[in-house]
Amino acid sequence: MTQAQVQETANIPAQAEEPGIRKWWEYFTFNTDHKVIGIQYLVSTFIFYCIGGAMADLVRTELRTPEVDFVTPEVYNSLFTLHATIMIFLWIVPAGAGFTNYVLPLMIGAKDMAFPRLNALAFWIVPPAGLMLIASLAVGDAPDAGWTSYPPLSLVTGQVGEGIWIMSVLLLGTSSILGAINFLVTLLKMRTPGLGFNQLPLFCWAAFATSALVLVSTPVLAAGLILLAFDLFAGTTFFNPTGGGDPVVYQHMFWFYSHPAVYIMILPFFGVISEVIPVHSRKPIFGYKAIAYSSLAISFLGLIVWAHHMFTSGIPGWLRMFFMITTMIIAVPTGIKIFSWMGTLWGGKLHLERPALLFAIGFVGTFVIGGISGVMLAAVPFDIHVHDTYFVVAHLHYVLFGGSVLGIYAGFYHWFPKMTGRMLNNFWGQVHFVLTIVGLNMTFLPMHKLGMLGMNRRVAQYDPKFTLLNEICTYGAYILAVSTLPFIVNVIWSWMYGPKAGNNPWKALTLEWMTTSPPAIENFDKPPVLATGPYDYGLEKAKEGVPLSDADPAVSAGPNSVLRAEPDEPYPSIAAEKGER
Amino acid sequence: MKIPSSIWTLLIGILLTLVSLWYGQNHGLLPTAASDEALLVDGLFNTMMIASTGIFLIVEGGLIYSAIKYRRRAGDDQDGPPVHGNVPLEILWTAIPAIIVLGISVYSFDVYNSIGGFSPHAVHEAPIASQAMKMPGAAIAATLTDTPPSTEPNLNQEKSDEAMQDPATAAVRNVDQIPQKQNAPGVGSVAPTIGPVPGKEGQPPALVVNVTGLQYAWLFTYPETGITTGELHVPIGREVQINMTANDVIHAFWVPEFRLKQDAIPGRQSEIRFTPNKEGSYALICAELCGPYHGAMRSQVVVEKPEVFEAWMQEQQVASNDTLNQAVAVNPAELSPAEFLAPYTHDIGIQSETLHQLHNK
Ligand code: HEM
Ligand SMILES: [Cu+2]
Ligand SMILES: [Cu+2]
Repeated sequence: MTQAQVQETANIPAQAEEPGIRKWWEYFTFNTDHKVIGIQYLVSTFIFYCIGGAMADLVRTELRTPEVDFVTPEVYNSLFTLHATIMIFLWIVPAGAGFTNYVLPLMIGAKDMAFPRLNALAFWIVPPAGLMLIASLAVGDAPDAGWTSYPPLSLVTGQVGEGIWIMSVLLLGTSSILGAINFLVTLLKMRTPGLGFNQLPLFCWAAFATSALVLVSTPVLAAGLILLAFDLFAGTTFFNPTGGGDPVVYQHMFWFYSHPAVYIMILPFFGVISEVIPVHSRKPIFGYKAIAYSSLAISFLGLIVWAHHMFTSGIPGWLRMFFMITTMIIAVPTGIKIFSWMGTLWGGKLHLERPALLFAIGFVGTFVIGGISGVMLAAVPFDIHVHDTYFVVAHLHYVLFGGSVLGIYAGFYHWFPKMTGRMLNNFWGQVHFVLTIVGLNMTFLPMHKLGMLGMNRRVAQYDPKFTLLNEICTYGAYILAVSTLPFIVNVIWSWMYGPKAGNNPWKALTLEWMTTSPPAIENFDKPPVLATGPYDYGLEKAKEGVPLSDADPAVSAGPNSVLRAEPDEPYPSIAAEKGER
Repeated sequence: MKIPSSIWTLLIGILLTLVSLWYGQNHGLLPTAASDEALLVDGLFNTMMIASTGIFLIVEGGLIYSAIKYRRRAGDDQDGPPVHGNVPLEILWTAIPAIIVLGISVYSFDVYNSIGGFSPHAVHEAPIASQAMKMPGAAIAATLTDTPPSTEPNLNQEKSDEAMQDPATAAVRNVDQIPQKQNAPGVGSVAPTIGPVPGKEGQPPALVVNVTGLQYAWLFTYPETGITTGELHVPIGREVQINMTANDVIHAFWVPEFRLKQDAIPGRQSEIRFTPNKEGSYALICAELCGPYHGAMRSQVVVEKPEVFEAWMQEQQVASNDTLNQAVAVNPAELSPAEFLAPYTHDIGIQSETLHQLHNK
């Protein structure tokens, strides 16, 4: 038996027949099981994604022609404001929390999160906050000052809409802080005995870096928004120039969160890609430590680059240079990851028929374009030219769509068998992939050129000389809308009728695959045994006596009492559920 | 004959370099360069484009090559080789991007300096050291109430007052008198922006224009002439300084052909200097979301021969005096924005081209 098989057989829970299958209505309850919460997050954020995507297509429909002829300019502004707010705060960020919820405890061999009820609470904040935001459209006073909501504009547009926006973003921020605390404590305290940080799957490192970043930056946004609310409703003048306030201060507070937010949006999916690529190309991840530590580096550097969003709003020359250099430096750890992924693919046995790997490769290939244009934007003289133009819109979509969203899809295809016990259909996954890549590039590639030539962003009307490029973008956006259909159908159909997956269809080595699919309620019967490192593929070929991973095999290491919390009491809710059975 | 892989690498390297060099200079992605500053910025962009093309081709090429070469063949259920890492390689691909971004930073720094980003007059007016010395004791411990009223000159206010000396400017600037902010956070000058280019420090610009942004128009006043217009005329080849502020919300002054952009922020004065060097008429675009008709907030910058410019000034002086009287006679606060703007623009928001057509009549 290879070491991998030892690990797999040692950890499968005993009561293995039809484990963890739940009733559908359990997904609509205040359930404290991290796996239920993970799926709650993923499904509800995907619904928000569809709504945000529909708004994007309305925006693009308006932009098909240079005139304002589809919606009124006011409605147009609400549409792109809601589109961006939904995509960021109700899709990418919570979807990252969804994956972390589902996968993190499994990967470290824990029974659940450290604070299961807090976890459920964090999720249940999201849907009301989102519904409230969307309902503002029905009230007829939707927020329309952009997702950045800069004063004084946000102080002179509708009070109701702006108030709803502030409230909803505050709630969503609270939710992500609660989630982050939970992830950090779980990661620090609940790892199975002997699982050291240097044997953690890279997704856990990414979750660690992300959560730390959330904790530091989100409160600053909250502070900024609360001051903005005071200006709006109580007549204070923190940011209102007529009373001596300074709108630029808001920008500093806003971006102190919202720049790190892009790393909050991308780091978890860096983690996902680091899981997907080694499994499906059957090779150990190349440069484990480089990838792990570069997440931390990005997290730290991410905190000191915010003012690159403000190069044109009037900050002193030396500050512009400081922020230019810090921003440039972030390209280095990001580059390390990209090349390490390429190093992992190189020489592997790539299972290209599997959509998870296709999306992972698509992620690397598209994200790198967003990264390159990011370095360009960091160069102050060039940024002065293209700031607030479609060049920026192109850049941010290459990062967020070509990065985060493709990463989410890769994660969906990768973990779907674990979550549901069933396989997704490969063919429809491939169709989904091709449509997405074509639509993505068709929509966003021309925007680079538009921006440089002189099309500013957030406009409902534009110079007719840009019509052709805008038409291409619009048809690309329709292709993107269509591209989600095979995915949705595939997921629903496979969830109900798909072929059974078995516990470990990919022959992966990380712990989440060492239990049943879907996993039983408390994941493992006893603290799992680790016989191999998370990425030790192909080791059977290696000569005898080669250590399995950087550290000694954890089996011999024994329980690590420092890192392990006292054995958990059974969680009351779970105990109650078990009693019922 | 089998060609050794080092030769292949060399050949591919040469080809990549050539393609990158060519594309970096023939991308056709930028509009005409119509100011001295634009030429410098374009040089920077082209250089970044060369490096970017190279990196793009390496990454995409590597991915596509792997996908073809290393795809799993049917029936092969083995794992790949257990390669965990390669330290020299990892150092190499950390070092190369590091060197590239360092190079770009130095180049950007140089361009930024050459277009006047470090306007030295700013540093002289608000030196860090002297400011710190005038603060006795621990400034941090001071509470709000025992902070003595600042005796530092408020450069923003001074600039604003100066602009208001000009009656035409005063008429279009905010009557509510949005207080001008103290100097920008940190050390700084008047909302520090793009100042005189090195070598021209301390010299007054050939032409100063005061610009006010308001929903949804730009108003230009030429000090001491009484001229107020909705489009900007500048003579070719002379350094122009734009002093800008905004009356209501943040706007941004952008002329793509000049590669310059600056936010006009209520409560602050900002300035940019540039030297137009190509005759023509260019779009001036508001680049910061300023309300529903943001997309309609456009105007023209006309760069013309000095003689033509002088003639235009003469012509305007006559016309503007009437407009000015009209504007001063009524209190703009009592007018709706549309009425207030009527003398300057027409039918804002109907179509972005309206202004353009109007001005070209
Ligand atoms: C489904 C395909 C998508 C399309 C067709 C699309 C289209 C657009 C367009 C046209 C704009 C510019 C609106 C304007 O400036 O007037 C925009 C803005 C934006 N989009 Fe998307 N988008 C898509 C997906 C996404 C995704 C997945 C994200 C993820 C986070 C996202 C985040 C944003 C953000 C942050 C903005 C900036 C909004 C602003 O400028 O205020 N979009 N999108
Ligand atoms: Cu404007
Ligand atoms: Cu505007």
